[in-house]
Amino acid sequence: MNAISEIFPVLMQGIGITIQVLIGSIILGYLMAFIAGFCRLSKNPIIKYLTTFYVEVFRGTSLIVQLFWLYYALPILFGIDLGSDYLAGVLAIALNYGAYMSEIVRGSILAVSKGQTEAATALNMSSFQRMRLVIFPQAVRMMLPEFGNYLIQMLKATSLVSLIGMTDILYYGDILRSNNLSQAPTVYFLVLIFYFIMALPLIWLTKKMEAASKKGVA
Amino acid sequence: MDNSNWQWDTFFEAFPMVLEGLGITLGLTVATYLFALIFGFVWTLLSAIRFKPLKWLFRWVMEFIRSTPPLVQLFFIFYAWPMVPVVGFALDPFTSAILGLGIHFSTYIGEVYRSGIEAVEDGQWEAARALNFSTGDKWVRIILPQAIPPTIPMLGNYLIIMFKEIPLASTIGVAGILNLANSYGAANFRYLEPLTIVALLFLVLSYPSAILINRLERRMNRRFDKKETSGSKTIKEEKEGAAS
Repeated sequence: MNAISEIFPVLMQGIGITIQVLIGSIILGYLMAFIAGFCRLSKNPIIKYLTTFYVEVFRGTSLIVQLFWLYYALPILFGIDLGSDYLAGVLAIALNYGAYMSEIVRGSILAVSKGQTEAATALNMSSFQRMRLVIFPQAVRMMLPEFGNYLIQMLKATSLVSLIGMTDILYYGDILRSNNLSQAPTVYFLVLIFYFIMALPLIWLTKKMEAASKKGVA
Repeated sequence: MDNSNWQWDTFFEAFPMVLEGLGITLGLTVATYLFALIFGFVWTLLSAIRFKPLKWLFRWVMEFIRSTPPLVQLFFIFYAWPMVPVVGFALDPFTSAILGLGIHFSTYIGEVYRSGIEAVEDGQWEAARALNFSTGDKWVRIILPQAIPPTIPMLGNYLIIMFKEIPLASTIGVAGILNLANSYGAANFRYLEPLTIVALLFLVLSYPSAILINRLERRMNRRFDKKETSGSKTIKEEKEGAAS
C-alpha cells in the first residue's frame, strides 16, 4: 500500500502532458476530418486527389511509424526544431485519426445528400445553402457515434508520445519501473487505472453522442 | 545529427536491412490475430453468463482493456508479469507481444462475434426451439451458420488494424521492420530514410488488403442482403464513389 502512495504523485506529474496532447489532437483531428472530408467531395480533381493521397497514406500506415517519421522528419525536411516533439506527437495523432474520421464525414454527407439534394434544389437553394441548412446538420448527427469512439482511440494513442521522450503518464511509469523492477506490476497497473479514469468521461460522452444521434430519427 | 535533406544512397543501403524484419512482423501479426480470434470467443461466452454480478464484472474488465492503451498493456505483460508474485513468469518479447496485443484486440473481436449472434433473427431461435433442436444442434446448424458469415469482413478489417498496431512490439525488442529501421537509425544517425521504407512497406501491404476485404464485403452484402455494418460503410461508399 505504501508503494502506491509513492508511485501515485510521480505519475500525476505526467497527467498534464497527456491531457495537453489529447486536447491538441482532438481539436486538430476533428478539424482535419472536416477539411479532408469536404476536400474529397470537391469537384476540383487536384484537391480531391491530393486529399485522397493524404487519407490513404495515413490510413494505410501505422501510427507509431508516423510518429517516429514526423519526429525525425520535421527537423530534417522542414527545419522545425523548437518543441518539435510536442508538434510531432499532436500532428501524428491528429493526422492519423483525422484521416480515419474524414471517411466518416464524407460517408455521412454522401448518405444524406442522396435524398435531400433534390428537395433542397426544388426549394431554390444555392449549393452553399443546401449544404449549410439541409445536408450538414443531418450529416453531423450521423457522424456522432463514430466520432465518440475515436475520442477513446485518441486517448489511447497519446501513450505513444512517451516513445519520443515526452513526459506523459507512461513516461513516468517507465522511469519508476527502471528504478525498481519489482514494483513494475503496481506501477503499470496504476498507469492503466490512470488512463481508464481519463477514459470514463469519454465513454460517457460517447454514449451521449450515440443517444443524440438516435433522437427523433425514425 | 546530420542535418541534410533526403539521401537516396542511405535509402538503398537501409532497404535490405529493414526488409529482413518483414517476416517477423507478418508472423507476429498472424500469431496475434489467431490468438485474438480464439480469445475473443472467451469474451463472447463470458458475456453470455446469466449471473448478474459476474456478467457485470466481466463487462467492466472488457471495457477496462478496451479503453486503456495497448502499449501499456504490452509493457505490463513484458516488464510486470514476471514480477507478479506466485503466478508470474518471464516471457520472451515475441510471446509478450502475442499476449499483450492479442488480449487487447480480443475484446474487439468478442464484440464482433456478439453482434453477429445478435443479428440472427428472433424467428430463427424460435423455430429452432419449435422444432425441438438440442442446444448443440441449434448452435451448430441454425445460429452459427447465419451468425459467422456477416462478421467475416469485419474480422478482415481487424486483421488490417492489428497489422498496423503490431510495430508497437518494437518497443520491447521484437525485431520486426520498425525495430530494424530504428537500429539502422541509431547506428548511422539517419532515421528518415529507414522509417520511410517502413511506411512504404505498410502501404504496399495494407492498401491492397483493404480493397480485397471491401470486395468481399460487397459480395457478402449482396448475398445476405444485410444492412451495412457501420465503420466499414464509408470505405465501401468511397470505392463506389471512385468507380462512378
